Amino acid sequence: MIVAERKPLDEINAMLKGYRRVLTVGCGTCVAVCLAGGEKEVGVLNAELQLVRKVNGDPIELGAACVERQCDMEFLDPLEVLVDHYDAILSMACGAGIQFLAERFAEVPVFPAVDTTFIGANRDVGWYEEKCRACGTCVLGMTGGICPVTMCAKGLFNGPCGGTNNGSCEISNDQPCAWYRIYERLAQQNRLANIMEIHPANEWRNQTPRTLVQAGYRRRKEALAS
Amino acid sequence: MELKSGSNLEKMLRAGHFAFTGELGPPRGANVDAVREKAKPLKGMVDAVNITDNQTAMVRMSSWAASLIAIEEGLEPNYQMVCRDRNRLAMQSDILGSYALGIRNMLCLSGDHQQFGDHPRSKSVYDIDSTQLIQMVKGMRDEGRFQGGADIDGRPNMFIGAAANPFADPFEWRVHRLAKKVQAGADFIQTQCIFNMDKFRRWIQQANDMGLTEKVYILAGVTPMKSIGMARYMKTKVPGMDVPEAIIKRLQGVDKKKVADEGIQIACEQIAEFKELKGVAGVHLMAIEWEHKVPEIAERAGMLPRPTV
Repeated sequence: MIVAERKPLDEINAMLKGYRRVLTVGCGTCVAVCLAGGEKEVGVLNAELQLVRKVNGDPIELGAACVERQCDMEFLDPLEVLVDHYDAILSMACGAGIQFLAERFAEVPVFPAVDTTFIGANRDVGWYEEKCRACGTCVLGMTGGICPVTMCAKGLFNGPCGGTNNGSCEISNDQPCAWYRIYERLAQQNRLANIMEIHPANEWRNQTPRTLVQAGYRRRKEALAS
Repeated sequence: MELKSGSNLEKMLRAGHFAFTGELGPPRGANVDAVREKAKPLKGMVDAVNITDNQTAMVRMSSWAASLIAIEEGLEPNYQMVCRDRNRLAMQSDILGSYALGIRNMLCLSGDHQQFGDHPRSKSVYDIDSTQLIQMVKGMRDEGRFQGGADIDGRPNMFIGAAANPFADPFEWRVHRLAKKVQAGADFIQTQCIFNMDKFRRWIQQANDMGLTEKVYILAGVTPMKSIGMARYMKTKVPGMDVPEAIIKRLQGVDKKKVADEGIQIACEQIAEFKELKGVAGVHLMAIEWEHKVPEIAERAGMLPRPTV
């Protein structure tokens, strides 16, 4: 899932300076699961904002809404009737959701209440680890299910480098060396041959904004475009 | 046999001489005199001098520029290039430019992570890794092609170097990683500083057994310890470094004023062994911020005079 972290209250408060009626919109998917921007977090943020603005003698009217997915236009429909009443929207979705919201309601300023952090997995309650950089050329089949692009601090394709340190990365003893683990796992599976050959320079596919239309939907896209 | 680059280092190694290379770290500024000062004691003492590239991720005078100053001072540079700071476009243009201005050796490295340096929140590049960099330079030189496939007008005939760390984990993998760098096109290897001789002997034995030392010249990395503090620091703080307790004990066993001398003595003993060790083609001396001591070390290690080729 997409993992996000709520921005500090001071930063959010500074962005909303001068706005009197603000609609806070949560998202019920990834950011709700990672406890950053779901319905509950919308309530908490609004309570905090209400308080700080009141203390500052600049009260604010805050609305609350939460949609199933901000990254899907059809789920934004119910907001249509609400938005007119507000002079700004505060989105608690990931960067994709925030941008869709801003596109849909282009006449209203939309502000981010979270920092979108990474594509990650849930290690424990409230504990997330980055796992994927969406590079567009997955090599997990070669590397024993451990991503060198994400988990190696240098993103090496032919590791480990000389900085691997008793199984840790040179950047920190708390960070496991990805390539040490790749070696261990492939050795365990008797698949070291995978990494004996040089992995050539990657052809990066994440250097331009990407659009993907699944094969079965290309005609539909063409029809929509015309 | 036709030379690949015609560099002094290549000629020395091809002629079967035991090579001796040094190191020079460019200054944290545009101080040309600082480079000249460091270069002077190295002249005539070593066959080539590594010019480091923003080492420890601290901004320094560019390695190609300091390499050119080294040439003016009568040294042959071994131009270091790390993958951290440049993408393949910048790397290839720097390779062409440095070759055009007389640089003939280069060392292809990953580079220390930027977190260690003075711009810890900078964006690293790592468009390609060190093995892929070796491949790219070889392609430019031997096939006259850019990494992207287009023809090059004027090939950069570099003598291609790479690093190897026999002491990083997992030990069993290190020789295979060396093999990958050889397969990629490395002509010579400079190793990480060697302190654990037992482990190094095992590693070079593996390289001999795999036939790698017949395909690549391996220069053993030697760093004289200046103090007990330096030895402790390298043991505990430098990732991938293996400093046996016996080294520290030996330095502790001499009079305080003689510690640096003992450090040089250890280095000389290592060099003496490397000269006899099958598979070792030379020594890379990393006298860190101790360039002025290189003549003394070279003399005591019996490396002088340097042969001319």
